[in-house]
Amino acid sequence: MDLALLLEWAIKSIILIFIVIGGFAYVTLFERRALARIQVRIGPNRAGPWGILQPMADGIKLIFKEELIPDRADKIVFVLAPVLTVVPALILLAVIPFGTSISLFGRTISLSLAGDVNVGVLYIMAIASIAVYGIALAGWSSNNKYALMGGLRATAQMISYELVLALSFIGPILLANSMSLNKIVEAQNPIWYIIFQPIGFLLFFIAAIAEINRSPFDMPEAEQELTAGYHAEYSGMKFALFFMAEYGKMIVVSFIAATLFLGGYLGPFVDRFTWLGPIYLGIKVVVLIFLMVWIRATLPRIRYDRLMALGWKVLLPVALANVVITAMLIVLVGGF
Amino acid sequence: MVWGLLKGLWTTFKSMFEAPITYQYPEIKRPVRERFKGRHYLHRYENGLEKCIGCSLCAAACPADAIFVEASENTDEQRYSPGERYASTYEINMLRCIFCGYCEDACPTEAIVLGHNYELSFMSRREAIYTKEMLIMPVPQNGKPTPMPVGPGEFDKSIPEMEDPK
Repeated sequence: MDLALLLEWAIKSIILIFIVIGGFAYVTLFERRALARIQVRIGPNRAGPWGILQPMADGIKLIFKEELIPDRADKIVFVLAPVLTVVPALILLAVIPFGTSISLFGRTISLSLAGDVNVGVLYIMAIASIAVYGIALAGWSSNNKYALMGGLRATAQMISYELVLALSFIGPILLANSMSLNKIVEAQNPIWYIIFQPIGFLLFFIAAIAEINRSPFDMPEAEQELTAGYHAEYSGMKFALFFMAEYGKMIVVSFIAATLFLGGYLGPFVDRFTWLGPIYLGIKVVVLIFLMVWIRATLPRIRYDRLMALGWKVLLPVALANVVITAMLIVLVGGF
Repeated sequence: MVWGLLKGLWTTFKSMFEAPITYQYPEIKRPVRERFKGRHYLHRYENGLEKCIGCSLCAAACPADAIFVEASENTDEQRYSPGERYASTYEINMLRCIFCGYCEDACPTEAIVLGHNYELSFMSRREAIYTKEMLIMPVPQNGKPTPMPVGPGEFDKSIPEMEDPK
């Protein structure tokens, strides 16, 4: 392990974190503009041309806000919870391949931090599950009944939908015969897995929206019932961290969906021009993020018991059937 | 269920291509109705005399107690308004005013009229109090500024037969 390799990893890590943080800032703007257009409004357009400075304005405002910690809150956990929520969102991108490899300064640099890890999908599952701790602890440590209810709901919801999420991962794993995300993307070279796994993709998408607590599954922060749910007592930068986690996960989930089902960095001419890979991946991610915003603009929040019923009684059996049928077809038709 | 979902998604997607209904406010102002009750104006007669005679009926009619009037005596050398008295102090606290228009109804000389300006913002409570200088209309074209010297007995009636400025 030489110094240049360490430097390369450090630079790549910083770029990945910037993708999530910068992406977070601009996904908020994108969401607000897209929602506004769907609601026949214009949206924020005052801060800079087309409102591109709006995230900065929001950030500055949040930094200068007073940081309140409730008197009876569990201080250590209260401060730790937003960090625990945001870190998984930041480190999940490590296994996403952005392309094959490029030559730079006489070195061959692969366009991912750890794309070759042979348990990439497992890593995603493991890290994504940590985020629920942050939300549950935030709700519990606030010493507020609404926050606690929000935290409990988040826990129950995320654990239920994680099963479906994990089962929907199995389709691509079986088809590619590998858990490495690099191999999964390479195996999608002629045909994306969304063609072989349409139900898998749908399950993944529904479960992912539930996992990142977005509308119509945003029960943990249902304003009408729980004021703001688990982050009711948070203000200033800690509140911003929760939002960063939510939007960061939105980006990360889109990256995962694009990698597992939409061919990742693959696209026309990508084998000749490697630098097209990140661009194709970016386009797919933007489309998926727009899809999430569009769904948020369209569907009302579903009732909590129906959310659970949908998760356990509909999605889980369908996901199991999907896995069994995929496995059977692979055995019958022959491996890819 | 799925059909309904898709129909909903299609509806929201279509609405993305409609022209936004937003008024870009500071640049484009939405026209108000003729009878809109915005900030008050104290009107003048054609020759420049103030209509307000300092009777305080508006202050009495005001349900929010937003108006304060102090009257002083007119003389023919220093005439502000027709009749005996004029309002030497006229203040409206815009933080209290509820824009009901009762002052307008109570005014015997039609001096106070609620206009169309609704851009009333201020940085302090002091600025919220609109004084007579802020409320009074500018002197009309062929009128003279008040106080003006007039001939004796020319404007003795509080409600004279004079024309509004064109």
